[in-house]
Amino acid sequence: MIKNVKPMRDVFLAGLIEKMENDPKIFFLAADFGAPTLDILRDKFPDRFINVGIAEQNLINVAAGLALEGFKVFAYAIAPFITMRCYEQVKVNLALMSQVKEMNVTLIGVGAGFSYVVSGPTHHSVEDISIMRTLPNVEILSPADWVSAGSMVDFTVETPGIKYLRFDSQPTPAIYSETACFEEKGFNILSNGSKACIVSTGYMTQEALAAAEQLKNEGLNISVIDIFKLKNPDFKALADVLSKYNYVVSMEEGFIYKGGLDSLLLNIANDYKLKYDFKAVGLDDNYKFELGNRRQLLANYKAERTNVAADIKEYFSK
Amino acid sequence: MDIKLKKLLDQKTQDVWRETLLLHKRSPETRVASSLSCVELLVSMYYGDILKYNPANPSWEGRDRFIISKGHGSISLYPILADLGFFPEEELMNIGKAGSFLGSIPDPVIPGYETVNGSLGHGLGVACGMAIALERKKSSSQVFVMVGDGELYEGSNWEALMLAGHHRLNNLTLIVDHNKISMLDFCDNIISHGSLGTKFEAFDWKVAEFDGHDIETVHHHLEAARKDNSSGPKALIAHTVKGKGGGHLENDSLCHIKSLKPEHVDELLENKERP
Repeated sequence: MIKNVKPMRDVFLAGLIEKMENDPKIFFLAADFGAPTLDILRDKFPDRFINVGIAEQNLINVAAGLALEGFKVFAYAIAPFITMRCYEQVKVNLALMSQVKEMNVTLIGVGAGFSYVVSGPTHHSVEDISIMRTLPNVEILSPADWVSAGSMVDFTVETPGIKYLRFDSQPTPAIYSETACFEEKGFNILSNGSKACIVSTGYMTQEALAAAEQLKNEGLNISVIDIFKLKNPDFKALADVLSKYNYVVSMEEGFIYKGGLDSLLLNIANDYKLKYDFKAVGLDDNYKFELGNRRQLLANYKAERTNVAADIKEYFSK
Repeated sequence: MDIKLKKLLDQKTQDVWRETLLLHKRSPETRVASSLSCVELLVSMYYGDILKYNPANPSWEGRDRFIISKGHGSISLYPILADLGFFPEEELMNIGKAGSFLGSIPDPVIPGYETVNGSLGHGLGVACGMAIALERKKSSSQVFVMVGDGELYEGSNWEALMLAGHHRLNNLTLIVDHNKISMLDFCDNIISHGSLGTKFEAFDWKVAEFDGHDIETVHHHLEAARKDNSSGPKALIAHTVKGKGGGHLENDSLCHIKSLKPEHVDELLENKERP
């Protein structure tokens, strides 16, 4: 059994409740979506919590109105619905508006990637990284475990602008220690090897670490970088790290070749004239209805830990 | 109504009608028909002591919030904002030109506009958020939002109508410019609104319906809504004529997308009075 497993949302919400005790400007909106810790929050702050119902378009619009009046707004819903159902509301009333008016809004989407495993394609969120990256003035935060999710409370409360947090719906084992994780630069090196480097985000960092572990047992030491700022990480710092490798693999639980993490890394390679071979791991251009556990869903796309380990091994056997 | 106020509102209605036509002459891509149907509504809001505002400080905390959700159809607000000093009147000459902030669809880069406009169905939800915020801040400021009837086809409005009714947002007033014409046709030929008032009442809104071109009536209802702080959200349904005072555009089913030729504007302006 893996120890120290917790849901990202409850850890984050517990931290937010502490902030709400001292900051009367924090307002929380939910689109009829909960969490055990949210029950505490709404019980404690009935004047600063509203459930807008299953109505994500209105969730965003109401959040915008509150933010224009100076509240620091958290809007909470299932990931595919808080991004895609209300995409144009996010564009107009958050991305566009925040360019001309000061606003502080954090969207919390729960259910990143395949984390609602058995709920099927409507509840999977495999488009959000790409489409949210398209919007100016929006930062994307994609934690890999509950520790880093919890460490994002301060940043989201204190940093003006629009932020999208993508949380796993499943409890995650801790990767980080509780003292060190959130970095302004937006990434952390979790495992240091030579030659090859996996850059992963969200749950895929768990898969990447497992792939690295497998390769280590087979005598191949590779690096794993967890990237959690998917819009504006410190590009220069990331380029400096990546320049040490001949082979870079991106791992995201989302469609590839569509503007997601793979694009971010290819653009860095281009901008900083880095010369690494590159492989994008993620979902190719189709939906699948097959049921299975999470690793099986990823294996359908050859995006699971053993697929990645085999690929890297093959690269170095040439 | 006070005779002096009546005289002022009548005069401003004429001025705004005239200036709106001139803006359209300078920038024919502007939506003139839907900007003409709401002239009395806007005049009454700004000159009738309904709205609290401060041209020297458009984001003054004590102001009322007025969201013009039907952004395209509010070119008639430009001359009002200029006249009141939100920006220099000379700016009206630059409408649609490179470097001007006066486009065919207004955004908050124009002093006096609260929100990004142009995409329909957003204003009422944002207004709900503002109304909740002002109530929590214990502010006496109120929130007004103006929508077109064609805009009400956007489903997001009805999400907001439900929320506002349920939460009894006493400081929120919706003004519907009910000119009966959407972009391509009469609303009745697209999807009939039936009785809008009945629909709003079913969502727990307090409703008033009136002739949106009768300045005394318009002012009476806006004033009543401004003073009423205990009936929940209020909907004012103003029955208007799309293209009012715009010659052959008046009530033309395609008037939303039609422009007036410069010589037609000149002909119309030969009359000293709005027809």
